[in-house]
Amino acid sequence: MALEKIITVSGTGVLVPGSDIDTDRIIPARFMKCVTFDGLGEYLFHDARFDPDGTPTGHPLDNPRFTGASILLSGVNFGCGSSREHAPQALYRFGFRAVIAQSFAEIFFGNCATLGVPCVTARAEDIARLAAAVEADPATEITIDLEAREARWPGGSFAIGQPESAREALTSGRWDPIGELLEASPLIAERAATLPYLAPTAA
Amino acid sequence: MGQSLFEKVWNAHAVKTLSNGQTQLLIGTHLIHEVTSPQAFGMLRDLGLKVKFPHRTFATVDHIVPTDRQEEPFEDPLADAMIRELRANCAEFGITYFDLGSGHQGIVHVVGPEQGITQPGTTIACGDSHTATHGAFGAIAFGIGTTQIRDVLATQTMAMSKPKVRRINVDGELGPGVYAKDVILHIIKLLGAKGGIGYAYEYGGTVFDNFSMEERMTVCNMSIEGGARCGYVNPDDKTYAYLNGRPYSPKGDAWDAAVAGWKAMASDADSVYDDVVNIEASDIAPSVTWGTSPDHGIFIGESIPDPAQAASEEQRVAIEDALAYMKLGAGQPIKGTPIDVAFIGSCTNGRLSDFRETAKYLKGHKVAAGVKAIAVPGSQIVAHLCEQEGLDQVFRDAGFEWRAAGCSMCLAMNPDKLIGDQLCASSSNRNFKGRQGSPVGRTILMSPVMVAAAAVRGEVSDAREVFGI
Repeated sequence: MALEKIITVSGTGVLVPGSDIDTDRIIPARFMKCVTFDGLGEYLFHDARFDPDGTPTGHPLDNPRFTGASILLSGVNFGCGSSREHAPQALYRFGFRAVIAQSFAEIFFGNCATLGVPCVTARAEDIARLAAAVEADPATEITIDLEAREARWPGGSFAIGQPESAREALTSGRWDPIGELLEASPLIAERAATLPYLAPTAA
Repeated sequence: MGQSLFEKVWNAHAVKTLSNGQTQLLIGTHLIHEVTSPQAFGMLRDLGLKVKFPHRTFATVDHIVPTDRQEEPFEDPLADAMIRELRANCAEFGITYFDLGSGHQGIVHVVGPEQGITQPGTTIACGDSHTATHGAFGAIAFGIGTTQIRDVLATQTMAMSKPKVRRINVDGELGPGVYAKDVILHIIKLLGAKGGIGYAYEYGGTVFDNFSMEERMTVCNMSIEGGARCGYVNPDDKTYAYLNGRPYSPKGDAWDAAVAGWKAMASDADSVYDDVVNIEASDIAPSVTWGTSPDHGIFIGESIPDPAQAASEEQRVAIEDALAYMKLGAGQPIKGTPIDVAFIGSCTNGRLSDFRETAKYLKGHKVAAGVKAIAVPGSQIVAHLCEQEGLDQVFRDAGFEWRAAGCSMCLAMNPDKLIGDQLCASSSNRNFKGRQGSPVGRTILMSPVMVAAAAVRGEVSDAREVFGI
């Protein structure tokens, strides 16, 4: 399956500060009552962005200075909680193409990877430095370079972390694994035949 | 050098190494539900693919089902569309579906074990992060996203990086009124909400040896709250006794062969782990959360943390933020915090033994005035067994509403929601902001018996004092 090779992601950024930003924050459960992912973007971070009466809270995503940002900056354990792919789908549909954080929850990380959205880690002080540059000039163009393993902008750069398997999948254009999984059909049958509980008569 | 159960199960299900270095892992059992599967079926259709092993795919409906009025169509048209979509997908692809009318419907992590679908030495995937529940049987069970559900539907495999294994020993005796929920809240507090990232947790020690299967499920269920995608307990005679005779358990000669195979899958005595943590059972007291992350736990006799005493700037900010949301005072005792709602249920604590143990103490007590209390069995079978024993009447007599099976107020995708900034004493698994349906609703996690104590007193209480445990 020919997919785009994701080697660099460039765009402007926005900081959503905090630790342990969970998937219920990213997309509250009541917005998951859907049978497609269409339209999820507008509910991204809904309850952090709006008071219960609908008044905007002044969240960074609604600050016109950061409109059009495609790189999200955050803290520790970003995306913890539920396995809902609705969370990365909402980020993607809102316009985000990459996330830089101190660390990521595992299921969220994997869900992003299969959508072609790189999640890269960086040190708190580096993220703070980039966030300060973005705050000073929201038009700051950031480039995440997966091959060079760095994030850079006109005023600086820092090293980024990423598991090799995710880097390889993105940069080689194989971030959606379905093609490669399907190719292994004979091996799957072979392996399944060794496991009695998989026999159609087992139940 | 011996191998852990994780290692053995992984090797037995590894199909090949993918070009990015991940493993293509065979998923023996795929559990699906209405929230995370419809888009996966859509992707499958877009690619012109079929379900590879429909006989190894099992569905139920849990997240969106109303627990009061279940006649269809549901009042909520979106929920109604979701159940119809699941029903149609299962019919089209030949998937076994435990529907509302089947008598076997329930929360997917309650249904799998009670049907005997969940078995030792197997791999299980489900589009739900609490899939680690099935690890209680010595299965390697992962929560997955929707694109991965597509992968498992289409190929019965998925791409995965092999985690490390951390053995967590809890040895000694738990005190009276200390439950499995307290054990996992304590583990999460010690190791942190992200402590388990990159690990599978193997739980063991005398406390787990003595635990019932349902208690083991409670602990494994919340592995993800500690960051671990997978958590398990080695199978033993209790595991086999639980499974024997269940609808999908092997029968006759196949049973004997299966048990022999399961025993061989258990971790070897000389297994080597990437990390080992030892916890003393007598150090654990009834626990509650005070904040908005499951690792914000304290014992019932302790005070709410003071941000001024935080170990780091990051922690100070996190504590302040959580306390502002929870509207709780730094340094104050958590005991005595008034509650508005009491919820007993969920895939963590919605099984027969949870209701049985709670009813034992609740009998003769009344829910405090002004507290809304609901009890929601984890499955139709749990509901039936509770009703056979008259447990439902104990809850009703105390002033609880006795509801039909579903996820209910754990994540409030159905009509069971907090209103405004109501504070809920909850036997569920997540105290995230807005988790229970109101964007400003507040959750305090605890064991079911502690929820009952809070309901009776109208405030967060020590169940040992309330019920003389």
